[in-house]
Amino acid sequence: MALKLTDLKTDVHNDWCPGCGDFGIEASLKMALTEMPVDINKVALFSGIGCSSKLVHFTNAFGVHTLHGRVLGYAQGAKLANPDLEVIAVGGDGDGLGIGVGHFVHAGRRNIDMAYIIHDNGVYGLTKGQAAPTLHLGMQTKSLPEPNINSNINPIMLALASGFTFIARSYAYNTRHLKEMIKKAVAHKGFALIDALQPCPTYNDINTKEWYGGEDRIDPATKRPMPRTYDLESTGYNGRITADMSEDDVGKNHLQVIEKSREWGDKIPIGVFYQNETVPIYEERLSERSPSYLKTPPAKQQLAKNDGKSVVNLANLSKELLFESLVLAH
Amino acid sequence: MSRASVKINDLSWMTGGPQGSGVDSSANIFAGACVLGGLWTFGLREYYSSIKGPHSYFEVRVNSDKIRSHVNNVNVLATFDAETLIRHADEVAPGGGILYDPTFSSIEIDKVDTIETPVVLRIKARLAKQGLPGTVNGILDEARKRGVNLFPIPYNDIIAKTAAQIGEHQLSKLSRIVNVLSVAASFAILGFDETYLNQSIERAFASKKKVVDMNEIGAKLAYDAAKTQLKQPFPFQLQPIQNQPRLLLMGVEAVALGKLVGGCRVQTYYPITPAADESEFLESHGNFDISGGNNPGQKGSILVTQTEDEIAAITMATGAALTGARAATSTSGPGFSLMVEGLGWAGMNEVPLVITHYQRGGPATGQPTRHEQGDLKFVLSAAHGEFPRIVLCSGDMEESFYDAIRIFNYAERFQMPSIHLIDKGLANNSMTISPPKADLVPIQRGKLIEADHQGNGEGEPYRRFAFTQDGVSPRAVLGMPGYRFWNTGDEHDEMGHIEEDPDNRVKMMTKRMTKLDTAAKEIPEDEKFNFFPSSKKQADVTIVSWGSTKGPILDAMKLLEKDGIGVEFLQIRLVNPFPTDAVKQKLSRAKLTVDIEQNYSGQMAAVIAEKTMIDVKNKIVKFNGRPMSQDEIYQSVKQVISNPEQNRRVVLTHGA
Repeated sequence: MALKLTDLKTDVHNDWCPGCGDFGIEASLKMALTEMPVDINKVALFSGIGCSSKLVHFTNAFGVHTLHGRVLGYAQGAKLANPDLEVIAVGGDGDGLGIGVGHFVHAGRRNIDMAYIIHDNGVYGLTKGQAAPTLHLGMQTKSLPEPNINSNINPIMLALASGFTFIARSYAYNTRHLKEMIKKAVAHKGFALIDALQPCPTYNDINTKEWYGGEDRIDPATKRPMPRTYDLESTGYNGRITADMSEDDVGKNHLQVIEKSREWGDKIPIGVFYQNETVPIYEERLSERSPSYLKTPPAKQQLAKNDGKSVVNLANLSKELLFESLVLAH
Repeated sequence: MSRASVKINDLSWMTGGPQGSGVDSSANIFAGACVLGGLWTFGLREYYSSIKGPHSYFEVRVNSDKIRSHVNNVNVLATFDAETLIRHADEVAPGGGILYDPTFSSIEIDKVDTIETPVVLRIKARLAKQGLPGTVNGILDEARKRGVNLFPIPYNDIIAKTAAQIGEHQLSKLSRIVNVLSVAASFAILGFDETYLNQSIERAFASKKKVVDMNEIGAKLAYDAAKTQLKQPFPFQLQPIQNQPRLLLMGVEAVALGKLVGGCRVQTYYPITPAADESEFLESHGNFDISGGNNPGQKGSILVTQTEDEIAAITMATGAALTGARAATSTSGPGFSLMVEGLGWAGMNEVPLVITHYQRGGPATGQPTRHEQGDLKFVLSAAHGEFPRIVLCSGDMEESFYDAIRIFNYAERFQMPSIHLIDKGLANNSMTISPPKADLVPIQRGKLIEADHQGNGEGEPYRRFAFTQDGVSPRAVLGMPGYRFWNTGDEHDEMGHIEEDPDNRVKMMTKRMTKLDTAAKEIPEDEKFNFFPSSKKQADVTIVSWGSTKGPILDAMKLLEKDGIGVEFLQIRLVNPFPTDAVKQKLSRAKLTVDIEQNYSGQMAAVIAEKTMIDVKNKIVKFNGRPMSQDEIYQSVKQVISNPEQNRRVVLTHGA
């Protein structure tokens, strides 16, 4: 039976502000889930803390609303213990690139097969609008007493440096585009990041829906606004690394990602910046160590026989022990 | 020396040297040979927080009966560097022996730059008082005057001869066998058959034939060289005895074995002393034989993951536990400090997460490689807010093994984070034990919903946090069809959705906390505490303690009872939920209660006061980073009994 959008609804009251970009991300995610060949019983959504992280309660799938900045720890732990799960993590830019940025970097090193969507609005909404890590230096959003004193983190560049194997950006109100990015991220074999730009109608009065939509920039010819975001693919950009590429070509590809990631302001690229499926995923690396890992991962190993006795053969284990744990023969 | 004064199978042997020079392996080879000869051992390992250079030492006590602690006096000091000799010679009791390199005799104490200045000054002052020079010779003279036998072992000659025999011209390649030479020389003066030594060497270097050969040849030469020095039998002798199979284990290994048997299939960790040894052991035994189960013909496996920090360690383990895998993380004080927010989340979401916590000297970095039991009150209250947790403390190797299984049972049955509290003394010391039984503690998974159950029927949705009589709700895991659920660190309703309603809050808090009463009811008494009675009907003194002080207390009890002092010992193992009634009952009829703990303030005494309103007035504490010895407890308990009013707080200080 095909999954319908209504199947993904819960009865939980949605308390996001009217016009919040979170709605667009939620809608895109749900549309993507209905269009992908996934078993909804295997989908586990993880979130951090913040407005965006309440998303899991509004979605009828296993939902784990964790700690501020720690969503990737919980999500990776679950995926490793049961690789059959389709794990999708969500959280804000403060959550993932501020308090949780250490985990962000190390998740890239592992390259576990899962997806991570950052709701990127430049502010800490739930605590009333402080500057978040992606807000640019000198910007003064509505509730800041002084302009932002820190430079911004560039999530695309940081993801590349950290070893993410799928790096994309989209925009919360371009739900069709974001939906496609989510589908690609989930289908990608490895750790996939989507930097989802989103307005915060309450606290970010600079990067607003109108700003992204270019309503201050009317095309003199068509008399229509010129949106700031543009689709990378439409420019012929290709960020895919393939197995037959030389080291040199891979290097050039990386430079192209960095170059595109630096565009901001009047031209904001969206789309897949980088995709590399030649890097073995963590699960494959684990299988090298434990050949039975994928067949009987931690969550699926039977621990005891029917009488409750452990299945582990302690005597054999003891025999394998090295000198420090010397076992005497009879 | 008369024959009657020879002590058989009862001695303490010590070796030492720069860290990384093979001190641990020589002690293991020594202990291994003793175990192969049927004897029982206890090993005390002391080292600095450093990789190479600073002094470390290892004391091995040997006996024909099971022993559980170290003693103050050393009977044989086997040295192969000057520093060990200078630092430890005064610990050798009259009648004992010192093995040393005669080429070190003229070394001046203040020229050994790895010895701290206060130690140099202390030793030089001691020698000056006796009119002795501040050199190794002075140290040797002092020992000789005290009645210690000196055995110069010409290590360099032996190494040269070994090199000649195996046809190796580069002597430096052989220099590292010096530690084994000191072990061989020790066995010669102790009269212990060299075949056990050779077997032990073979086990130690099992995979390296060439290394075995060079060590065995050197050992033979050292054994013979030491033997020629014996003018009369040495007053301490080792003789093989018949015995059952036994294991020589370190505490971290006992815990790791227990975890594997107990079904732990995910372990996360961030490197920290002394906990990391356990994770490394698990990783190197990550695939193991199973019989039965759902994976016939295949191996069981544990996923060991090194994380970026302890926050990731606890959150990853928690995520893993949500899938139904038995998951644990293992750490020490500083790491646990980082974990506490995650601990609270696991409490709020009723996740069966296991944390193995190895205490070491605190606060802050404290004494990273030294022993302390300073975290009891911290683990009892760590993280903001109130939530239930299990805290279980093991006292020795066997308990560590079985408790490592039980802690998972508790975690799953009562659905709460469960802390297995161990300490550095237990973690790093070694001990000979009878092999534990894999099936003594059956695996109990509580209200875990079986994975093959399809769906939850029609109508009623599954409620992960359903209100129940005992507070424990049927537990589904991520990915189970028909059992969708939500988790959140916020207060939540039965479904797991955020709910701030005050009535729900009262019910949900009560539900969670009720599980602690359920645990208190269901966990049997003999898993909560051990009580060792006195041979007397009314004991003269009741010792109360917890953790690895168990070993020296039990050994000291034997000596005290021999002296006619009636001693009983209450070892508290489950600290949360606390066995209030039993502790109250035992302590209220005690003539004199003494609290023995390896911390400054007597934390268990404070817990006892809080739970039972009983004020344990007499305390024996130690916080210099070195574990308590049998002798220290024997002497200090006597001191307290002699005048309890005057000896309210005895501070122990032995150890180098």
